[in-house]
Amino acid sequence: MELVIHLSFMYSFIVFFTFISSSSSLYFHIAETERKCFIEEIPDDTLVVGNYKCQLFDPRTGGFMPSSPGIGMYVEVRNPSDKVILSRVYSSEGRFTFTSSSPGEHVICLYSNSSKWFSGTQLRVHLDIQVGEHAIDYRNVAQKEKLTELQLRVRQLLDQVEQISREQNYQRYREERFRQTSESTNQRVLWWAVAQTFFLLVMGFWQMRHLKSFFEAKKLV
Amino acid sequence: MGSILYLNQIFYLCCFFQFTEVMHSVGAVELTFELPDNAKQCFHEEITKDTLSTVEFQVVTGGQYDVDMSLESPTRQILYKGIKKQFDSFTWTAAQTGVYTVCFSNEFSTFSHKLVYMDFQVGDEKPLPGVGEHLSAMTKMESSSIQVHENLNTIIDYQTHHRLREAQGRKFAEDLNAKVFYWSIGEALAILCIGIGQVIILKNLFTDKKTVSFT
Repeated sequence: MELVIHLSFMYSFIVFFTFISSSSSLYFHIAETERKCFIEEIPDDTLVVGNYKCQLFDPRTGGFMPSSPGIGMYVEVRNPSDKVILSRVYSSEGRFTFTSSSPGEHVICLYSNSSKWFSGTQLRVHLDIQVGEHAIDYRNVAQKEKLTELQLRVRQLLDQVEQISREQNYQRYREERFRQTSESTNQRVLWWAVAQTFFLLVMGFWQMRHLKSFFEAKKLV
Repeated sequence: MGSILYLNQIFYLCCFFQFTEVMHSVGAVELTFELPDNAKQCFHEEITKDTLSTVEFQVVTGGQYDVDMSLESPTRQILYKGIKKQFDSFTWTAAQTGVYTVCFSNEFSTFSHKLVYMDFQVGDEKPLPGVGEHLSAMTKMESSSIQVHENLNTIIDYQTHHRLREAQGRKFAEDLNAKVFYWSIGEALAILCIGIGQVIILKNLFTDKKTVSFT
């Protein structure tokens, strides 16, 4: 009996501290029905990890309730071709991950699954998004593969260099897109100038011919 | 009984590590978000005393590429206020423990949405697990690996800035391309309407009045 009380006290202690450590990140406020989106421009094959926590405003205390189990958060992730690659409802506190399959702008949207039609109370959302090399948990890696300090450091350097080279590759792809857009604009301006001149000439001729026949009919010319 | 005492020790050790992790508020968050016109967006973070923190922002698209930014300490003191800046970076050491607020405002703009990139870095980078508890002096290998790591961090930082600048130019070019397309179609329609309109009005002028004879 004493042992059970002791162990349960330990567990609650740990849970309490895990709780505190997870709330020491950036937070912002949104209305209950509001949708907040963040854009991540990333190369392909990049891991993105997001940790979030949602708290509901408590009008009785004027602050935010430490934990609001009733709320869920919709997390929707769209890839650069505007296709939804992740759309799930998580509990009020959770973690989402995805790996990008194509390079470009991914949009991560968060909104609560509140069923209200107009904006209800305020929500405090703690958010932490880590991309690429920052998303890797080296503690896990060290434990799983039993690496020494130096080996772990080298692994970290390898991951960083890989991220850099992927970003450089993506940069080349974007620059090509930029060049294509500029060339397309150049072409369009050229065609527009030619077509406009032609259009004006045709218009002028048609006007003169139409008016001449009109005046001839009126016996003015 | 002995195993229970052993479990006890393990739990206390876990609690201690969680606790130490809590005491250093470390971390960096990079966010790119859209700021609609006449809107204000604030981010808050709890920072412990004497932590060196940096806030950096850059406007990627929208209007004149400028935004207002303000940084408030827990005592409501304005630590930094930038009006209509395109990009900036501010570093400060927290004078007291509390919630610091960074606010971006687009309230001066009537119709341009702004896309803002923000980097909020609190404290130093979290050290690799195992490196923090190093008691003996570091070998040359370890210290040079740390140097390589810091250089790579700088490279990644420069890459991010390069990406933002390039995104600025690219989005402007795409916007221009779309504008040229719609503008040319619109102008073709306008020429058509004006041309036909002129002829119709001229015809109307001459049909109502009596014919004027030119002698």
